[in-house]
Amino acid sequence: MSDRQFGFRTRALHAGTVPDAVHGTRAVPIHQSTSFVFKDTDDAANLFALQKYGSIYSRIGNPTVNALEERLASLEGGIGAVATASGMSAEFLVFAALCGTGDHIVASSKLYGGTVTQLDVTLRRFGIETTFVDTTDPEAFRAALQENTKVVYTETVANPSSDVADLRGLADVAHEHGVPLVVDSTLTTPYLLRPIEHGADIVVHSVTKFLGGHGTTLGGVVVEAGTFPWDNGKFPSMTEPVPSYGNLSWWGNFGEYGFLTKLRSEQLRDVGPSLSAQAAFQLMQGIETLPQRMGEHVANAQRVAAWLEADERISYVNYAGLASHPDHARAQEVLPLGAGSVFSFGVAGGREVGARFIESLQLASHLANVGDVRTLILHPGSTTHQQLTEEQMDAAGIPEDLIRISVGLEDVEDILWDLDQALDAALAATAVESDGEQGEQAEQSEEAR
Amino acid sequence: MSTTETTAEHPHGIWEPPSPVRRLQLLHSAQSIAIVGASDKPQRASHFVATYLLSSSSYRVHFINPRLDEILGQPVYPSLADLPEVPDIVDVFRRPGDVPGIVDEAAEVGAQTVWMQLGIRNPEAAQLARDRGMEAVQDRCVKIEHARFHGGLNLAGFNTGVISAKRQRLDG
Repeated sequence: MSDRQFGFRTRALHAGTVPDAVHGTRAVPIHQSTSFVFKDTDDAANLFALQKYGSIYSRIGNPTVNALEERLASLEGGIGAVATASGMSAEFLVFAALCGTGDHIVASSKLYGGTVTQLDVTLRRFGIETTFVDTTDPEAFRAALQENTKVVYTETVANPSSDVADLRGLADVAHEHGVPLVVDSTLTTPYLLRPIEHGADIVVHSVTKFLGGHGTTLGGVVVEAGTFPWDNGKFPSMTEPVPSYGNLSWWGNFGEYGFLTKLRSEQLRDVGPSLSAQAAFQLMQGIETLPQRMGEHVANAQRVAAWLEADERISYVNYAGLASHPDHARAQEVLPLGAGSVFSFGVAGGREVGARFIESLQLASHLANVGDVRTLILHPGSTTHQQLTEEQMDAAGIPEDLIRISVGLEDVEDILWDLDQALDAALAATAVESDGEQGEQAEQSEEAR
Repeated sequence: MSTTETTAEHPHGIWEPPSPVRRLQLLHSAQSIAIVGASDKPQRASHFVATYLLSSSSYRVHFINPRLDEILGQPVYPSLADLPEVPDIVDVFRRPGDVPGIVDEAAEVGAQTVWMQLGIRNPEAAQLARDRGMEAVQDRCVKIEHARFHGGLNLAGFNTGVISAKRQRLDG
């Protein structure tokens, strides 16, 4: 062993998977077992009391899932991680660990629709209020803080507006108030942006997306920096005795390791959205090629965005990688390798032409996901964001004609060909329909005569 | 760990926090650990470390606390000088202000390392340990560091920082 600081690509392949002592298994083994045999009764008691490390039951921890957790913690530069069944459950565990009835969250309004409803409907029903802030300006977040605010929450690059969060500014606002900045970095992945390096305390991901990368498997993760002072008085559950674990204190006994220990041993135990070993294995296969895939994703996305912007059939393109985007300068600063490969545009002619455009695509898949190796396309207004009200749609920056694309790894010339032929087909169909209507009117005029 | 520059005042150099590799070396070269400030209360951090070391390591573990007789079925000694052997690592669960006195005791019995637990920082005491020819660690948990290098910490989802294609090293 040496003190070498290994690079991102190396860690994407090796972190979390030291070969086991008995077999030396090189790929990560799939520990397909709900439970793990104790050595003896003392061992069992010590494990249950958290006095020693080891596997007990796969709802709380599984060696294959642990390998994924360590790998993602390494890539994000965090102290550790807790994997979950999905990105939504990763967010929920964080909110459930930090907030209770009467508490408050300040969140960006430009969030994935499912996150908006988790905060706005489910958590509000539990007595946790959220104020949504419709700008990236940290001062607006500061103005929304209340005495009972426990979390400041944002996505790195908003979907689908492509707004880039001011993470350093938000971290300062949160920290001056004594609360953590929680960041959903799903669309950027640790290859493009590591929020902890910009002051974030907790990073959540839908691992389903670019990290897994192949559109096969759901998963989520919570990574913590390990630097937040949880004993600052705002989070009594971190310092008060925990009766279910012999009155230990998460902070007192585990210090910087306390938050994730609580998240696993209490929240994952009680709520139960565990990642399966099979899923962890599948997701790790994807993570191993994350650097190579993300490089190609952003290169293709940049080409496609520039091509769309230059095309007169397109009314607008929202991509922070383009000079026309209001957050382009910030994107260049915090996302030097690229602004991701999920962005949005509008087809001139409005909602109907947009719908025909989507139906005319041959290569791009019409579905509700992002971050697949394949190019994906979607009309959020009628799918992912359809549960939002019109005001929420406005606040989320989603016009009705907006089309979201997740640029994949096909030959970029083929992606451009597909977009081009679908635009032609959509506009031709529109022209035919217009002609047809005129024809009918002419016939009616004949009859009238 | 220390710089190579030595002076009359600091014959073993200026103390620096030991790197992960150096911490691993300190753990590997040790066979016995004395826990100073050991508690018999199961919820105390020292009890977690004691339970872990007794169950998951090959170390001979000794307890120091003048107010207790027995912890986890083992005798408790009033001071380092009363131990039946010289401890290689003196693991400190006491206030930072108490550490210089413990450094003196550790040096007198011939210990190799003074190890201040997670949350305990006293760089001056660490320098005192260096000046007496010992190694010093502060603000680190023996349990976590041992589990980092011998399997275990990864089973709690933590980042061990270990990147290696060699088989997992075990202990105990």
